Amino acid sequence: MATSLRPLAGFVAGLLFGFGLVISGMADPAKVLSFLDVAGTWDPSLAFVMAGASVTAFAGYRLVWRRERPILMARFDLPSARRIDASLLGGAALFGMGWGIGGFCPGPAWSALALGAPGTLAFVPAMLAGLWIARYARRI
Amino acid sequence: MDLPPTDFTPYLSLLGGALIGLSAVLVMALFGRIAGISGITSGAVSGEPAERRWRVAFLLGLVVAPLLVWAMAGDAPSQTVPGSLTAMIAAGLLVGLGTGLGSGCTSGHGVCGLARLSPRSGAAVGTFMATAILTVFVLRHVL
Repeated sequence: MATSLRPLAGFVAGLLFGFGLVISGMADPAKVLSFLDVAGTWDPSLAFVMAGASVTAFAGYRLVWRRERPILMARFDLPSARRIDASLLGGAALFGMGWGIGGFCPGPAWSALALGAPGTLAFVPAMLAGLWIARYARRI
Repeated sequence: MDLPPTDFTPYLSLLGGALIGLSAVLVMALFGRIAGISGITSGAVSGEPAERRWRVAFLLGLVVAPLLVWAMAGDAPSQTVPGSLTAMIAAGLLVGLGTGLGSGCTSGHGVCGLARLSPRSGAAVGTFMATAILTVFVLRHVL
């Protein structure tokens, strides 16, 4: 199953995602915070990012799902959880607070790393620590 | 947090968004998985090696992309990151903890979840958009 192609394919997909983040402006926390600042100097650009991304994914997914299985894996592996519970909503609420403080969500934080801003270098390890804490919290 | 106001860029943002969507479709076609960055980040450090490698490579692609844009455009991508390290550490912890507990972020619940018409993702997106807007409102207009 072309196992050796997986890292290369992953890298190319990541590059494409990163280009999208940079070109759209989503990799710039100032732009993200302007989008979230609806009562101030509101910049609605990120609504266009979300629209462009989800409409493309909506159409593309439906083409891909005609296949019996993905190209490099044995089967599709989609999230199976259906319940809207406290963990989902509480987690989303905390995430939104962090997003509103720093202007970074996980993708843009990674794609900002190599530009080396001190704020980014503080944010990314803290994000990894937060993910790690969440793994343990979910087991309790 | 005094960050500069930014220009409205509908066409570039739409184009960039389409590239993000295309990457999500590629991840589905190749790996049969959701292109959620918080999930890919978690999966890059745990799980079996075969599942880890492509995720590490994906994150590497994310890191390298702005450098390639920089090399091609001649200018570093414009970016203003909040300067308070204390605030950025708090923000990072909240983003990691929140996306871990909530099983997804702007990409997993936002782009991919909405594209799958998942009610769970819809609820998550509504919640994190609301608390993000509220947080910015409090930080910029109340405090």
